[in-house]
Amino acid sequence: MIPALIALRAIIAREALRFVGQRSRFVAALVRPLLWLIVFAAGFRAALGLSITPPYQTYTTYEVYIVPGLCGMILLFNGMQSSLSLVYDREMGSMRLLLTSPLPRWWLLFCRLLASTAISILQVYAFLAVTALYGIQFSAAGYVALLPALVIAGLMLGALGLALSSTIRQLENFAGVMNFVIFPMFFLSTALYPLWKMAESSELLHDICAVNPFTHAVELIRFALYAQFNGMALLWTTLTGLVLLALAIWGYDPARGMVRRKS
Amino acid sequence: MFCALLGPNGAGKSTLFALMTRLFTSPQGRIEIAGHDMARSPRAALKRMGVVFQQPTLDLDLTVQRNLDYFSALHGLSGRTARSRIDEALDRLGMRDKASEIVRNLNGGHRRRLEIARCLCHRPKVLLLDEPTVGLDAATRQAITEHVHDLSRSDGLTVLWATHLTDEIRDGDQLLVLHHGRLLENGQTGELRGGVPLAQHFLSLTGETE
Repeated sequence: MIPALIALRAIIAREALRFVGQRSRFVAALVRPLLWLIVFAAGFRAALGLSITPPYQTYTTYEVYIVPGLCGMILLFNGMQSSLSLVYDREMGSMRLLLTSPLPRWWLLFCRLLASTAISILQVYAFLAVTALYGIQFSAAGYVALLPALVIAGLMLGALGLALSSTIRQLENFAGVMNFVIFPMFFLSTALYPLWKMAESSELLHDICAVNPFTHAVELIRFALYAQFNGMALLWTTLTGLVLLALAIWGYDPARGMVRRKS
Repeated sequence: MFCALLGPNGAGKSTLFALMTRLFTSPQGRIEIAGHDMARSPRAALKRMGVVFQQPTLDLDLTVQRNLDYFSALHGLSGRTARSRIDEALDRLGMRDKASEIVRNLNGGHRRRLEIARCLCHRPKVLLLDEPTVGLDAATRQAITEHVHDLSRSDGLTVLWATHLTDEIRDGDQLLVLHHGRLLENGQTGELRGGVPLAQHFLSLTGETE
């Protein structure tokens, strides 16, 4: 096996082992979307009726509508959390260990990204298993089609975290990331309300939601769950992901390190 | 060869290490590791280098073996090669019996020894150690210092050992004295210090009285 793949396998194995070791993190990642689903969505079901827009073919309850958004939420939270652990890692050393490996730096960063995405995907499926028990089920084809969508959405959100961790130093505490990244991205997207519902209240809100990359990630997931393909969402999610990845690799360029140090 | 980089806190030792390990680069100057230019062929240079950072870089919740597996894989080693190199490195540091222990359960001295064993797995030519004895008790400190001196003699390894503690340096070592980012002295320790104890010599150079 070539060194690059040996390293990839080891980086994923390490993330998986660490994940298994931190059961509380897994439970927290599972409880958060379930709370939204059971408490928030149950309350909203009465207030909010959803008309029939693709990919839905029949009248849909709010609880069913919100599931793809909550899958996106898991990816978003995990992407941010792993980015913060990178910042932490970079100070504490394990990032140093990674970066002194004699492999191209972009590859090492990509491996780290892929590893954290793999963990996120496991969590999404665990969440969907619980929602299935709760009574919200999708077709087998939907669960399969979901996988590539989660990979792309997960990589994009992970790349966002990576780009943030390398460029913005103020975002080192989780509260900052919550307030300025996670909440705006989540609330100004189609995770909780469809676009047309947003348009009813404000054109501006609608426009913000429509350009929010998280919206496209959620829509990609939503269509995939119904075994349907949303080309627009795929295009935007992929493009955003590539731009963010490029930004992250630029941010971790060693030539920039000195500048950061001095400032 | 054992080369000691001696400097008080804030002399620039860690910055030098960050530059040598390509954590960041400098627009001026040139760094060469075992004949490889860090700017032109960084990967060839990194391949021949083993590093022990000042802060521990171990996964505390994983076993000794897992930590070493991970590191070896980062250097492209796998399967039987990795296993034999890891065993060899563990033997070298007398850590073979600890292979299946969780790192969190090891004491500070053993953790350090593990990190030194780890950086030997890919058979580097150059070892960089940034204040590797920080936080260790006197006996452990001496044992590790002695061990690395042995490595530099028996294996033809070039060791760069950063420290602010003069008792870790032997008369036969090459000595570099760094202060405020400048190199004050470069030579054999015995010759540089003359008849004065190294601690006193160092103090007179850096002019810091406590």
